[in-house]
Amino acid sequence: MGNILEIKNLVVNFYTYEGVVKALNDVSFSVDHGSTFGLVGESGCGKSVTARAIMRIIQEPGRIESGQVILYPETVDGNGSVDLLKQSEAYMEDLRGNQISMIFQEPNAALNPIMSIGDQVAESFLFHQKQILCETILSELSDGQHRPSKAVLMCLKTIYGKAADDGDSFFFKLLGSVPFLRNWDRRLKSVAIRRAVSLIGKLGIPQPERIVNLYPHNLSGGMKQRIVIAIGLASNPLLLIADEATSNLDVTIQAQILELLKILKKDGISSILLITHDLGVVAETCDRVGVMYAGNICEIADVREVFEAPLHPYTRALLKSVPKINQDDRLASIPGNVPNLVNPPSGCRFHPRCMAALPICRHEAPALVNAHGRHLVACHNSSVA
Amino acid sequence: MYSQNKILELRNLKKYYPVYGGVLRRVKNHVKALDGIDLDIYRGECVGVVGESGCGKTTASKAIVRLHTPTAGRILFHRNGRDDGESITDISRLKRGALKRKGIREKLQMVFQDPSTSLNPRMLVKHIITEPLREYTDLSSREMENRVVELLNMVGLSKTHLMRYPHEFSGGQRQRIAVARAIASHPEFLVLDEPTSALDVSVQAQILNLLLSLRDKFNLTYLFVTHHLLVVKYISTRIVVMYLGKIVEMSGTKDLFATPFHPYTFALLSGIPIPGSEQRMKRIVLSGDVPNPLNPPRGCRFHTRCPFAFKQCGDEEPGLEEIAPGHFSACHLKSRSRQKVRDKFGNGM
Amino acid sequence: MNLSRNPRIREFKFTLSRIFSNPSAIIGSLLLLFFVTVAVLAPVIAPPKNHRNPYIIPHKGYSSVPKPPNKENIFGTTAGQYDIFYGAVWGTRTAFRIGIIVVAIAFVLGAGMGTVAGYYGGAVDETIMRVVDVFFAIPFLVLTMAIVVAFGRGLDNIIVALTLVVWRRYARVMRAGVLTVRDQEYVQAAKTIGVSDTKIMLRHILPNAVFPVMVIAFMDVGSMVITAAFLSFVGLGAARGYADWGQMVALARNYIVGPADDPLRYWYTIVFPGGCIILFVLAWNLFGDALRDAFDPKMRRR
Repeated sequence: MGNILEIKNLVVNFYTYEGVVKALNDVSFSVDHGSTFGLVGESGCGKSVTARAIMRIIQEPGRIESGQVILYPETVDGNGSVDLLKQSEAYMEDLRGNQISMIFQEPNAALNPIMSIGDQVAESFLFHQKQILCETILSELSDGQHRPSKAVLMCLKTIYGKAADDGDSFFFKLLGSVPFLRNWDRRLKSVAIRRAVSLIGKLGIPQPERIVNLYPHNLSGGMKQRIVIAIGLASNPLLLIADEATSNLDVTIQAQILELLKILKKDGISSILLITHDLGVVAETCDRVGVMYAGNICEIADVREVFEAPLHPYTRALLKSVPKINQDDRLASIPGNVPNLVNPPSGCRFHPRCMAALPICRHEAPALVNAHGRHLVACHNSSVA
Repeated sequence: MYSQNKILELRNLKKYYPVYGGVLRRVKNHVKALDGIDLDIYRGECVGVVGESGCGKTTASKAIVRLHTPTAGRILFHRNGRDDGESITDISRLKRGALKRKGIREKLQMVFQDPSTSLNPRMLVKHIITEPLREYTDLSSREMENRVVELLNMVGLSKTHLMRYPHEFSGGQRQRIAVARAIASHPEFLVLDEPTSALDVSVQAQILNLLLSLRDKFNLTYLFVTHHLLVVKYISTRIVVMYLGKIVEMSGTKDLFATPFHPYTFALLSGIPIPGSEQRMKRIVLSGDVPNPLNPPRGCRFHTRCPFAFKQCGDEEPGLEEIAPGHFSACHLKSRSRQKVRDKFGNGM
Repeated sequence: MNLSRNPRIREFKFTLSRIFSNPSAIIGSLLLLFFVTVAVLAPVIAPPKNHRNPYIIPHKGYSSVPKPPNKENIFGTTAGQYDIFYGAVWGTRTAFRIGIIVVAIAFVLGAGMGTVAGYYGGAVDETIMRVVDVFFAIPFLVLTMAIVVAFGRGLDNIIVALTLVVWRRYARVMRAGVLTVRDQEYVQAAKTIGVSDTKIMLRHILPNAVFPVMVIAFMDVGSMVITAAFLSFVGLGAARGYADWGQMVALARNYIVGPADDPLRYWYTIVFPGGCIILFVLAWNLFGDALRDAFDPKMRRR
């Protein structure tokens, strides 16, 4: 399995009134093709900032200082690799929602309240996959039952053939401003809606034909989140980034979404970067897990390894502080608080709260090294690693 | 484990929110946020209330601390565990002033969900915590300060935090301040409304342990409202499961997790994402969403999503019945539900 | 306790630093500082001749033709030979008096009504807000003029009239602010503690809801002066010869445009008092704008 995404030495700072917040400090990890990578950590550890850095949508006053975000779009141009941080803004605009889709915590913020569900999902098809849609229409035109007259057929074929080549050309802008003819893309829209219906159906939403005519306020939170996922998947992205996509949902609804993510994985629809604070969600859905603390990655390993044989003291403490189903004794909590990243602790950022801290931890930040197999850990204490 | 003295009785507690419509803004319908709750709470126990959003758990907790007046029903407060008629007060209709005069206000306190909004951003920590002290004690300012420091120490903060604003603290520390404020007036009963859901995992454990130790120290009674089942399992002695404004199941914590009866509880328990690779039961994914509380389904409110619903469920509403000692469930299947779950989902629970 | 360690002072410093990171605040406050200095030092800058009432502008002669700036009258004289410089200096005091008295009284009245209406809601809210609506039904200037006409002309009556009219806006804005703060959890927490309604309003609601109203109030100080000037201009304000900028502009009414061959001949009669009004309004507006940015809770901690 090759990588789909590789992040190398990413550094992000936020320049605020109180000082420079060192939000990401040399973060490196990679996401395998067709797998689910979970990024866990507490609030303020930089997991969302990482996702935003990948999409290059970090808000003011944040800035990406250095590092690389390398996407391997094998399916697009052979074996090329693209460093997203070096690309133009226009390139990124094309990439967002197309090759990489992102789902946020709040489905309400992601859906337009005055557009029907079908239109919103179809819009994504129209925006990113005009070519495929046109080809569908062409093939339908040539073998459809309701053949229009020959002249009309010729016209339509030319138009959609042209649109398949370059949908944004001057010709179509001109066409769009001529009355009657400006409706040339109606056929395109209806194909897009049809695809939207089938995609929504695939995500396990009952009666997709009915749902596409509804508006966001008709749907519940879980349903809305599924629509958002559908919009994210519409463009067949290489990578789907889910930023706390289930955190706001109720237990039974969250269960539905988690099942959906599992199905997506089984069908190999895309690679997923799942960002969450909930270790339970990670255990259920991910193949590989990266644990973050205060802007650093402490540990990366396969999901079983993380839960059965965690190496980093933070991961161990975090696992101990979560109530288990068969918890009988007291929970062990991590003493102290998450540090303020304006003045992060020197050396290893976890050392003030660490049970296994050594003198060296105070001066030197540990590097992320391979402990064994594919288990990476950043800790000085050799009895740990 | 805890004494058999009741501290609070809820009797047929209801809260309807009117929905206005039309030009004349007449009452068209009611959102039945809380639709007839009966619950006895004993001194020293911690009752966990779980359910999804909109099930009425927060409405119930706010009714108990009288942040709103229930539409119907009674809330009986037992003073100091004596059971004679005099010491039982129905607080469901008392005005806020009367509640304070009778000395009940200070005994019922609440910790809110999000400490970043439950602390006044323009007040110093010192003044936040002195606020209840000023209401219920006549301490001099020096004694007051000593008492505040004492309270801060109790919740794991120190004197250096006295003269700071809430925004200077982390989420966990803020929740500690909120807890200190709640226990300042020597309460007997604390309502905890999702006190850890806005906090980080590592800090959540600190707050839960703090709450447990305070309960032992001051013999407090908790009503712990949350949607997080593992948290409620950790802290509660007894659990109440709510669905659409009704109690569907109620039993001791161990019992509920080991032998649930209500199908909804099964679904909830199986829906918990479990951290780790422990043996887990097969997930029962409920179809659909929680129905609109404006028009709750007829009969059993859960029957629209219940995998085992049969005809009676749509017609007749099941009452809360004691199926095993101390274990109540509101389901027509009664104890047969366990067998049904095993038949359909085939997992030994 | 060390002064700089006191959290309130620290917070105040933080607010100040936020205010003064805005260039418009610096310009605004410099202008304000200038006007305050002029107002305080008025007896030194322009020693009064009439000690019983220094607000009466001295005049030599009764000629209705203004005189251009000269050694004796450095800003010139206006119609009736009133000294423009003296009027401009003492007019600063009048301006502060009008602006601050009107806004202070209206602020207390409006914010108080708004808080009570917003906090209690229901019938109390309906009653107060319907009264406010009645006041809002009549345009600002029309209502003010009607009240001044009813009470009789004069500066004091202008102050009364303006106060009676502007409080309506504070009441509305305050109520809106209170409505959002009222449902905050810290207010509910105070209720569970058993704090009385009055204390909740004073301790929890006002400090968190008052800032938008305060910003409006700051900006209004300037606009009150311009309205009073307008009323003086139409002849409802201060008596002839009183040190009030509006009244001075009114005196110059016939000289706004000079003779046909030299239309700008009497520029000084209008530029000096008019300029004072404009700068005064500008100062308060700039300052209020900066306050808004500094108090905006979303902007505050970033």
